[in-house]
Amino acid sequence: MLNVFRGKPKYVTVRPQEEPERKDFPDNLWTRCDSCGKMIFTKELEKEAFLCASCGHHFRISARKRLAMLTETANFEAFPPLVAADPIGFPGYTEKIKQAQEQTGLDDAVLIGKATIQGSCCILGIIDFSFIGGSMGSVMGEQLVRGFEKALQEELPVVIFSGGGGGARMHEGIFSLMQMAKTAQAVGKHSRAGLLFVSVLTHPTMGGIYASFASLGDIILAEPGALIGFAGPRIVEETTRQKLPAGFQTAEYALKHGMIDAIVSRSQMLSYVGRLLAWHR
Amino acid sequence: MQAFEWEKPVLELEARIGELKQFIHSEEMDFSQEIKTLERKAATLRKEIYENLTPFQRVTMARHPKRPTTLDYISLLFDEFVEFHGDRSYRDDQAIVGGVALFEGRPVTVVGPQKGRDTKDNIARNFGLPHPEGYRKALRLMKQAEKFGRPIITLIDVVGAYPGIEAEERGQGLVIAQCIEEMSFLKTPILSIITGEGGSGGALALGVGDRILMLENAWYSVISPEMCATILWRDSSRAAEAADLLRLTPTDLLKFGIIDDVITEPLGGAHRDHVTTGLQIRSFMRRYLATIMKKPIDQLIEERLARFRQIGTFNEKSLAEL
Repeated sequence: MLNVFRGKPKYVTVRPQEEPERKDFPDNLWTRCDSCGKMIFTKELEKEAFLCASCGHHFRISARKRLAMLTETANFEAFPPLVAADPIGFPGYTEKIKQAQEQTGLDDAVLIGKATIQGSCCILGIIDFSFIGGSMGSVMGEQLVRGFEKALQEELPVVIFSGGGGGARMHEGIFSLMQMAKTAQAVGKHSRAGLLFVSVLTHPTMGGIYASFASLGDIILAEPGALIGFAGPRIVEETTRQKLPAGFQTAEYALKHGMIDAIVSRSQMLSYVGRLLAWHR
Repeated sequence: MQAFEWEKPVLELEARIGELKQFIHSEEMDFSQEIKTLERKAATLRKEIYENLTPFQRVTMARHPKRPTTLDYISLLFDEFVEFHGDRSYRDDQAIVGGVALFEGRPVTVVGPQKGRDTKDNIARNFGLPHPEGYRKALRLMKQAEKFGRPIITLIDVVGAYPGIEAEERGQGLVIAQCIEEMSFLKTPILSIITGEGGSGGALALGVGDRILMLENAWYSVISPEMCATILWRDSSRAAEAADLLRLTPTDLLKFGIIDDVITEPLGGAHRDHVTTGLQIRSFMRRYLATIMKKPIDQLIEERLARFRQIGTFNEKSLAEL
């Protein structure tokens, strides 16, 4: 951004004196809620769709876990894998990809394929935040476009769960920016054929992902509390030197400002999306 | 005129030549030999410095305060221009200008982000950082062009879409997506010219052209060098290093097939000679407009989509195969 706007905000950060006491438990038996701080039995958390039983906080979940919540393995036919190349020779990118692959077991940040959700056939894509922040490079762009193209061919609806903190993947330079155009156009072709696209925004959906395909759904849903926006809150704060309003860029904020259709709790997501697909069959 | 550290030798030499010329005039002494030698030296030095700019030097050239702004280009490129205002929904965002212009006798629609020419103008234009209503205005005018069968020229010079509270509230991300998507299917020829800064989504929102041209000292990237440096090293002052990594120069982008042509600027940059820069852009516009206007519109849109469809590099392999 412009240097003109740079500079330290004129207020101090006060750390709360009493941080809740941290307890170590063996083998991740317990998980602490990021929102209310309560300790939750991990097995219980898994059973409850990774929602905090006391405050309803939506824990970030992997693409595989989300897939399992939406359909059975037998009902998901994944697309052939693609792996990132290094188009602009960005230092450390290849290693970063390898590392992310080892950590997540995914080829890249999107899991996509043909799925059946509550009896309705669709193309289902899920972005995984843990793969380089769920950022969009050439692989995600191509996979999503193939998804929309297949959906167009077979006259299927598309459901995408977005969730990418960084948006476009910086390490691919201009190639990642162009994925915004490429995916937006794929949505456009699919949409102009009268087919349905349900875009679900999960925490966080920002930058180049929000400013392309994710914003172009016929129906845009969001999970409670998900961060949704173009510029990151820190950038907005630094640029404007204004204190951000409470709840800025949350799903609730986006709903209030007319940017999304509805907020849907994760526990209701399957039946909600299932119903939408059924109604558009 | 603001000078960069790296071009000072040239400017100093040019100043000395100027002084000598003045001296001749007032003292009636013959320094023509000396002047000739110095001018030859200056020419060599200019070539040496300006033909070997680093990526970040080009970025700074693109930001030169005397570089022509979009409205300057409009008056250089077109015979007549009427500006139209407003998004018909919220307000008129002066960080984007647009309207109908005559290009060599033919009406065209022109839109582009507009930086301020001085402090007051910059405040009115939010330092050339558009709000969503700016993009909505641009889209409105582009659709108007489609309706009346006018070609569209987009002139792009923007650091980025404004990252502000209200901009977010009014759907900055959403409107960029809409611009990209709708531009892609517009039934009229589109010529995009990146004249200065091509900052990320805010630039792409107006950059879905049938032909994409770029001035020699312009940049186009997914992220500004400053932001990239902040992310990589938490230090925006290392922007020059980041600019090297991002491959944001016209030469690189031409090689990648992202743009179609590079418009050369007068040696030393567009800010040194607005008129010559304008004439140069005009000749490129004439050529490329003629090419795209010849094509049947359905073919043009098909090619426009195909162009972006094939951008991206990846391996068709699984994790296990690697």
